[in-house]
Amino acid sequence: MTSNKEIKMWTPTTLTLLLMMGLGGVVLIYRLMHGLGAATNLNDRFPWGLWIGIDVLGGVAMAAGGFLIAGAVYILNWKKYKPIVRPAILNAFFGYALAATAIMFDIGVPWRVWHPVVMWQIQSIMWVVAIHVVLYTTTLATESSPMIFEKLKMEGAKKAVYAIMVPIVLFGVLLSTLHQSSLGAVYLITPAKLSPLWYSSQLPTLFLISAVMMGLSMVSLETIISSKAFNHKLDMGILSGLARGILIAAVIYLTLKFIKLFKGGIGMAFDGSLEANMYLLEMIVGTIAPIVLLSIKNIRENLNSILFVDALVIAGILLNRLNVSIFGLYRDQASTGLSYFPSWMEFVVTLAFISFSIVGFKVCAKYLRLFPETEGGH
Amino acid sequence: MAKGVLVDLTKCIGCRGCQIACKGWNELSVQKTVMAGDLTNPPRLSSRCYTRIHFQEGGTEGAPVWSFVKDQCLHCKNPACASACPVGALKKTEKGPVTYTFDRCIGCRYCMLACPFYIPKYEWEKAVPWIRKCTFCSERIAADLVPACIKTCPTGAMIFGESDAMLKEGRERIAANPGTYVDHIYGETEAGGTSWMYLSAIPFESLGFNTRIPAKELPDLTWAYISKIPAVIGVVLVAGAATWAITRRNQNMDKEE
Repeated sequence: MTSNKEIKMWTPTTLTLLLMMGLGGVVLIYRLMHGLGAATNLNDRFPWGLWIGIDVLGGVAMAAGGFLIAGAVYILNWKKYKPIVRPAILNAFFGYALAATAIMFDIGVPWRVWHPVVMWQIQSIMWVVAIHVVLYTTTLATESSPMIFEKLKMEGAKKAVYAIMVPIVLFGVLLSTLHQSSLGAVYLITPAKLSPLWYSSQLPTLFLISAVMMGLSMVSLETIISSKAFNHKLDMGILSGLARGILIAAVIYLTLKFIKLFKGGIGMAFDGSLEANMYLLEMIVGTIAPIVLLSIKNIRENLNSILFVDALVIAGILLNRLNVSIFGLYRDQASTGLSYFPSWMEFVVTLAFISFSIVGFKVCAKYLRLFPETEGGH
Repeated sequence: MAKGVLVDLTKCIGCRGCQIACKGWNELSVQKTVMAGDLTNPPRLSSRCYTRIHFQEGGTEGAPVWSFVKDQCLHCKNPACASACPVGALKKTEKGPVTYTFDRCIGCRYCMLACPFYIPKYEWEKAVPWIRKCTFCSERIAADLVPACIKTCPTGAMIFGESDAMLKEGRERIAANPGTYVDHIYGETEAGGTSWMYLSAIPFESLGFNTRIPAKELPDLTWAYISKIPAVIGVVLVAGAATWAITRRNQNMDKEE
């Protein structure tokens, strides 16, 4: 089997990740046998926790790079980004695989995960979300399939997929726009629960724009890391283009967040409460600091500083998802005496899912032609 | 026609007969209970406790007043939980009760997040768990019987009848007894109106009622998004296809040059 010799499979890091996956597997079997109450710290006051906050909301936001780069290359015809279209789509596929697998184990009755497909409820946001996960995961698998066909030397199948790639990509752009925003729309029904720091009728738009920031940062981070790991030369134009994209999205995002904050009373962000501090942390790390840094030309053109900004945005938007799904719902909790902090098993499973995505991406990078443009001549 | 309940909190004596009746009718298993500083027991609703009396100490120093509040599902007229459910396991029935069918439920627990009153509860301890909550004794109502908790109430603190008639009765009691009640019927407007409505002598907020719940039907908030989806589909597809056509034409022109 031909493979990329630059990539060593059995490194200590990979072995650690595999160990993590094994541990996660054991915990998931325990969860299936004994239920959510035994494995998690979820309760009637906090029905959703770490798995929804990071694995599902975070995983999906992380995947936004896929539709953005695919759209840029196939719809806008921005050829510059062609070298990163395969890794971006693959990354999106792993993001959705992460989310879909997490949902499987988070719902109480995993073997009924198909119910929404046959029991239509168009008035339910959760139904809309479920259908999009199914459709978009399929779309991403189709978009990634040429790499597999290439490996299997099925030229006919590969050509057939490329022939319909533009409509598939367009369909993917549509599904992503709807899916990213509908995850924000899930929280529209909680006006009396979610803290006004996050509750807004614009939640769908805010989720979409922050997913753009996160998705582009993921693609940028991945491009830099894989170029270092696989030792191939980098097109600085791609990275500064991505950085510009992140900057534009972040400025729009910050503006909308500021308008919302001023309308609701700016004092609520500075009252020293846990929610207020989490809000400030999220905004500084994920939006304000990246905007300041990316406005500096030297930083936009330095590999390591771009990497740093990417990590800031990713951390900040993950924090945002945690804030909306957990910390923003802390108020009134005293009345029930129930609180939430994830159990060690929840952490293990989340780390296992992330490990799976990294190892999966690495295996694909080794055995598939993830960066055909940089191999030179094909 | 939709049934409703008027709970007159001034008439409740805190006997908790309704709690027992509910356990019995719904065959809910016993719970180990602990004293938690006041007389409320159990400390919260759960998958094995659909209703309870919440004991609230109030009044002024030297003149303490106990208030007794009955907690259970309020059976919203347009329930957030039912609109949230992706498989139609929760439904608002014509006669008033919001009912749950376990054979559809996938256990996503969005109903628990959507409910502004924190009512749907989960069987966390089970490997195959379901949502549990007050059923408004839907089988009893279907058989023209009064719900178990109301049937057992010795003081008439709860009256059961047509929803509109209950609201009218509530308004009449407020009008006929000036100074007895606060001038608000909790459940008349909250979340667009609920089948269970409350009269109280002291402000609802001090009794632990959530008074921040908007006076509109919560499913409208998500519908505002869902109803725009067809338009988004149209715009993205048309704009995307047009962009592709233009960029492709430009590319071909470049090639010709």
